[in-house]
Amino acid sequence: MIDVSTQRSGAEILVESLVAKGVEFVFGYPGGAVLPIYDALFGDERIRHILVRHEAGAAHAAEGYARATGKPGVVLVTSGPGATNAVTGIADAFMDSIPMVVITGQVPTGLIGTDAFQEADTVGITRHCTKHNYLVKDANELATIVDEAFHIATAGRPGPVVIDIPKDVQIATARWTGQVNQRRTRYAPQTVAPADDIARAVALIAAAEAPIFYTGGGIINAGPEASRRLRDLQRLTGAPVTSTLMGLGAFPAGDPAWLGMLGMHGTYEANMAMNKADLIIALGARFDDRVTGRLDAFSPNSLKIHVDIDRASINKTVRVDLPIVGDCAVVLDQMIEAWLAAGHSAADLTDWNARIDGWRARKSLAYPDRGNEIMPQKAIERLYDLTRAHDPVISTEVGQHQMWAAQYFHFHSPNKWLTSGGLGTMGYGLPAAIGAQAGLPDRLVIDIAGDASIQMNIQELGTATQYRLPVKVFVLNNEWMGMVRQWQELTYESRYSNSYSDSLPDFVKLAEAYGWKGIRITTMDELDAGIQAMIDHPGPVFVDCLVVKEANCYPMIPSGAAHTDMILYGDDVAGTMDDAAKALV
Amino acid sequence: MNTQTIEPQAPETQERHVLTITVDNEAGILAKIAGLFTARGYNIDSLTVADITDNHEVSRITIVTHGPPSIIDQIRAQLERLVPVHKVVDLTEIGPYVERELALVKVAGTGNTRVEALRMADIFRAKVVDTTTSSFVFELTGSPDKIDSFVALMKELGLVEVGRTGVVGMVRGETAA
Ligand SMILES: Cc1ncc(C[n+]2csc(CCOP(=O)(O)OP(=O)(O)O)c2C)c(N)n1
Repeated sequence: MIDVSTQRSGAEILVESLVAKGVEFVFGYPGGAVLPIYDALFGDERIRHILVRHEAGAAHAAEGYARATGKPGVVLVTSGPGATNAVTGIADAFMDSIPMVVITGQVPTGLIGTDAFQEADTVGITRHCTKHNYLVKDANELATIVDEAFHIATAGRPGPVVIDIPKDVQIATARWTGQVNQRRTRYAPQTVAPADDIARAVALIAAAEAPIFYTGGGIINAGPEASRRLRDLQRLTGAPVTSTLMGLGAFPAGDPAWLGMLGMHGTYEANMAMNKADLIIALGARFDDRVTGRLDAFSPNSLKIHVDIDRASINKTVRVDLPIVGDCAVVLDQMIEAWLAAGHSAADLTDWNARIDGWRARKSLAYPDRGNEIMPQKAIERLYDLTRAHDPVISTEVGQHQMWAAQYFHFHSPNKWLTSGGLGTMGYGLPAAIGAQAGLPDRLVIDIAGDASIQMNIQELGTATQYRLPVKVFVLNNEWMGMVRQWQELTYESRYSNSYSDSLPDFVKLAEAYGWKGIRITTMDELDAGIQAMIDHPGPVFVDCLVVKEANCYPMIPSGAAHTDMILYGDDVAGTMDDAAKALV
Repeated sequence: MNTQTIEPQAPETQERHVLTITVDNEAGILAKIAGLFTARGYNIDSLTVADITDNHEVSRITIVTHGPPSIIDQIRAQLERLVPVHKVVDLTEIGPYVERELALVKVAGTGNTRVEALRMADIFRAKVVDTTTSSFVFELTGSPDKIDSFVALMKELGLVEVGRTGVVGMVRGETAA
């Protein structure tokens, strides 16, 4: 006999399952194929739905929420164009290992495969940019699928999971017990490393004369405990620390052992130390091409330990000597214990530190002064100084401003830095800031943007207005797609093909039209006051900061070059490159 | 954005490997695995799949691939991290193992060539599964090499069409791999 009291529609079961998973926010956009779900959400106080202005905004907002709060982000979009619009954000989350559950509506089961109105093969399209995806065929499976989806999105190396739900499955009734019955645990990544590997690792660290920690986004993903453990292990060993773009904040930028970011736009000291090290301890970093530069010249004389939760990240591009599969927080804990148990003490790194100081003395982040004109680097430095007391969350778009933010804004704790590293998605920053602000209503959240990138998801200004989210947008307006212009200057003899930001809107008026406060900063003597006015305004603020137009982002390792071939500010490098060099990105 | 490919210190030798993959028999799993190979530029020399449990929940896929050892290792790691994948076994790595493939080979001809084809089929222990007065369809099971040789011989004797299943493999001895 059917107990009617436990019968619920698929849409209701979905909502109950989300509540059971502790979901506070859903970032979404309605449409025909998700109307039953929107109806189930109607008037439900337990979940807050943030209505974005474009589904790409929903996905990036969920990413920003996840990155800033450590909880999985949830997206709800309709079939066809709703789903395809979200794909960039899904691919972005896949590259940067962001936990996210994306619910997409689908045409009714009977119409699948008939080119029905707003039908897209969502599961097919997202197959290779999700950690896993589902097409739900039966409402009775929904609860367990949602349960497993959250597990997969958050466990191991995090990532996006898509649940595609045909409209008839949303309407069909099924049993809801209030209990999500866990599927067989088919996904159980290894988190703890073998003790003998750990013992070998700490012995190598203790014996190294020129060790370096190379940390990545994996530390952030492993939770704040991993960052604390990193600091503990660093203190025990004395080894200096560098980080990828995605790992900024795991180690405090003010620490004497901090070398700054490494890679293409990393500091001279970080890249030289990587090159000359005798031991690299890679923690949750994946030897990305932006980091390694020319592979055959990458840190030629070092032994390499690689700790990663994803075995497929190990030995992918760079052969390592000691692979350790495990969760960074757990493995760091194991290392600390093993270090203490073995009675190791920090090696004498005086010589190594002296060499590093020599590289630091090159002052690779120095840049020229332009009087009353605002150098973009200066704008970031002032923004950092004036907001420091608020310990803000910073998101970015993609381009020079992103690299300047990474270089001149200093991070002291994890989850404060939201940027699209792997996919490099322009248009990420504003929605990501909105998502972060939703999760952290009292925190100062700033999107550091470029004049081109901000236009990619500018419609989300309306979302912030609607939900009274006091996010700040700080545009370094150089009237160029600066990063493209820089590459054209360096490799195409300054033939600036389509990289000029023509017909820019009046950003202040545009912001005001959306109900934001708009501020324009044009000269150095307005800079501090403008930033302060932005901080002091309780609502959303758009700052249009006019900066020196032709400033370039240095230091820079030209693509395909070795770490030791860095270009610093003032080096005369404009010119052309041969075809092999041009083929690199 | 492109990624740079590995520039190996010493050029690695190409190796042929037979992998068996046990997977949840869910929609799209084959596309997922085949797509992984194309997206990352790995080679598939052959691929076979069929479900192997009574309730149709689990399938076994056998893939024959080739590449340098570092890539073979990557292939395994990439496969293992897919959620529906239970187990990946590299038979070539763990050996010894048997591998078998089935082929249907159609040959047309009359007179001497027809007799010769039949004699060859007998030597190879191929079975005749269809015949007309001017053609045979042979069924042949064996290692891919054996089938290659048989097909090569049939080319001179009126080969019309070949169908092959691709390899299935299994580790020798009493235990499962
Ligand atoms: C969606 C997308 N399209 C194109 C690119 C290529 N791209 C990288 S940086 C850049 C220019 C960004 O210009 P802007 O936002 O003004 O920032 P700036 O470099 O001037 O600081 C472009 C077009 C990209 N990263 N993302």
